[in-house]
Amino acid sequence: MKGVINMHIIVLIKQVPDSREYVRIREDGTLDRERVRAVINDCDKNALEAALQLKEKFGSKITVVSMGPPKAEDALKEALAMGADEAILISDRRLRGSDTLATSYVLYKAIERLGHYDLIICGIESSDGGTAQVGPELAEFLGIPQATFVDEFKVIGGYVEAKRLVEGGYEKLRIKMPVLLTIMKNANNPRVTTFSGILKAVKKQVVTWTIDDVGAEEKKVGLAGSPTKIMKVEKLSFQRKRLMIEGETADEVVDNLLKRLVEDGVIRGGY
Amino acid sequence: MTGYSGVWVYAEHRNGVISKNTLEILGKGRELADKLCVELSAVLFGCNVSSSANVLTIYGADKVYVTDDEKLRNYKTRTYARLMTELILKHKPEIVLFTASTTGRDLAPRVAARLRTGLTANCIDLDIGDFEDKETGRRYEKILYQIVPAFGGNVVATIVTPFNRPQMATVRPGVFPPPEKIFRKGEIVLFKPEAIDVDEEVEVLEVNRSQEESSLENAKIVVGGGLGVGGPEGFKLLKELADSLGGCVGVTRPVTDAGWMPYDSMIGESGRTIRPDLYIACGISGALHHMIGVRGSRKIVAINNDPKAPIFEAADYIVIGDLFQIVPKLTEKVKKYVGAL
Ligand SMILES: Cc1cc2nc3c(=O)[nH]c(=O)nc-3n(C[C@H](O)[C@H](O)[C@H](O)COP(=O)(O)OP(=O)(O)OC[C@H]3O[C@@H](n4cnc5c(N)ncnc54)[C@H](O)[C@@H]3O)c2cc1C
Ligand SMILES: Nc1ncnc2c1ncn2[C@@H]1O[C@H](COP(=O)(O)O)[C@@H](O)[C@H]1O
Repeated sequence: MKGVINMHIIVLIKQVPDSREYVRIREDGTLDRERVRAVINDCDKNALEAALQLKEKFGSKITVVSMGPPKAEDALKEALAMGADEAILISDRRLRGSDTLATSYVLYKAIERLGHYDLIICGIESSDGGTAQVGPELAEFLGIPQATFVDEFKVIGGYVEAKRLVEGGYEKLRIKMPVLLTIMKNANNPRVTTFSGILKAVKKQVVTWTIDDVGAEEKKVGLAGSPTKIMKVEKLSFQRKRLMIEGETADEVVDNLLKRLVEDGVIRGGY
Repeated sequence: MTGYSGVWVYAEHRNGVISKNTLEILGKGRELADKLCVELSAVLFGCNVSSSANVLTIYGADKVYVTDDEKLRNYKTRTYARLMTELILKHKPEIVLFTASTTGRDLAPRVAARLRTGLTANCIDLDIGDFEDKETGRRYEKILYQIVPAFGGNVVATIVTPFNRPQMATVRPGVFPPPEKIFRKGEIVLFKPEAIDVDEEVEVLEVNRSQEESSLENAKIVVGGGLGVGGPEGFKLLKELADSLGGCVGVTRPVTDAGWMPYDSMIGESGRTIRPDLYIACGISGALHHMIGVRGSRKIVAINNDPKAPIFEAADYIVIGDLFQIVPKLTEKVKKYVGAL
């Protein structure tokens, strides 16, 4: 392949609470994180899988990058076991409370430090934050083009051809690299970690950087650097009329229900 | 921060036809602008779109900024983001709203990052109110409350952007009712930048938007099915009921996970938001993740054989019983006596 041999691909992964488990909320509205297992965000695995498939084709180098608490190292180790070459964790107490702007700023500084890259692949959205904003905001900081909601793409001589889903169909784009893509869950089936993968990964180290290491300004990160603030958190109330529909038989119950619905004007008929 | 005034809505359209979701947030935008006593403006970009601008005034905009140019024929993220940012910096609105569509969610974060301001994703409600900064004790008046489901939908959080302008949010499709036509006498402002900074690194090869969008959002009556329906066979019963009422079937997430029904029929936090006249929930427990998507329904009927099912808290009419008995009876009687509105 011309021009794209030895691509450097950066994959962004976030560690999130396992969404298949019931997330417990404490009385004060905060999340009970202790009891929830932490995993790699679902579609970030699809992002990594996409990178691994490119590596198999073009012989690329894959760097996985995550910003999070020290235990996010586990997610990065899993990524290494899946086949990533290098892993960077940006972890720093001063990052606590970062919103998407602060997060993408820090990721931008870290990626700048990494130097040359051809492709950045993210998941669409994180299952806990769920904003789908970090990818596009990061692309803006880096000044590179993006394609979001991508379910298929290929690399052809310095360009990415991506199919992105839109309401009622799709769009096909050809974009000059470097480019940032956000990948949908249905893009591929992430491989499972093999024993030999784990063995190989044992030798690889997760490198941890602080905000000083990446040269991020303290006032632009964490709570202070986040323009959005959580003002309050409350339980949702869905309370309604709650009228019990009575009846001796199913027939009667259904008659009584239909009568009510006709009275309410949501259906019309001979009741 | 002073000097920022007005509420803006970024208008989405398909070949000049303004999207329904844009009109929904225009309706909410009108309400917010009235609370703030400021103007409501819409922003319309595209090629041959000028004639659609008046639709936006009919539905409540005081002003529509239009850039109509061949270079804007196809949506390109950076071309549009640069233009939108330029317009915002020129006119300084205090609030900018987008629909949380694939376009809105592609464009808004680019614009927010360019402006170094906050952006809240997927709001289910918006309001105006005061915010007290606990650290400094200072009060900020009349700011935008951006209400979002948090922690996977179990609670809602109110997010504010007190110190930066504009305050920006994307809004979930379907959470607000479509507004009435109010035939406002709006002003159409043509915005002609000196040069449109087109993204030359991106080429649009093909646009295909021919698929019909799901009819679920537009259905007046929706029959919902959960795990209690038991399998694909059970959904035939629900489909018959929906057909007899001229409605559609929607489902909970475990149902699509199990492959009983297609993914795009999922309702809730990770699926669609509906606001039908009538929602009939069958064999659904009533998890908040699901209920977030149906809370705009006018009437909710819940059919469940567990008297303690949480869905009964959120229902207008409670039917305790086996759905396999109730639903076919309902279909039979509807066919005999009832027509949908
Ligand atoms: C991050 C996240 C996002 C999520 N997003 C969504 C979402 O968008 N939409 C969504 O729906 N869910 C979502 N979920 C899942 C959600 O939390 C619930 O697990 C789900 O809604 C429950 O589905 P259900 O009511 O069909 O199943 P269940 O909770 O198993 O309820 C089945 C009900 O059927 C009743 N039943 C059984 N048999 C009968 C019978 N014969 N007659 C009458 N009643 C019967 C039972 O009493 C029970 O109440 C999400 C979860 C997470 C963690
Ligand atoms: N803290 C983080 N570290 C690394 N990548 C992240 C982080 N947060 C978000 N991302 C990436 O951005 C995507 C969108 O996340 P979000 O904007 O939180 O929905 C995720 O799927 C990740 O690929």
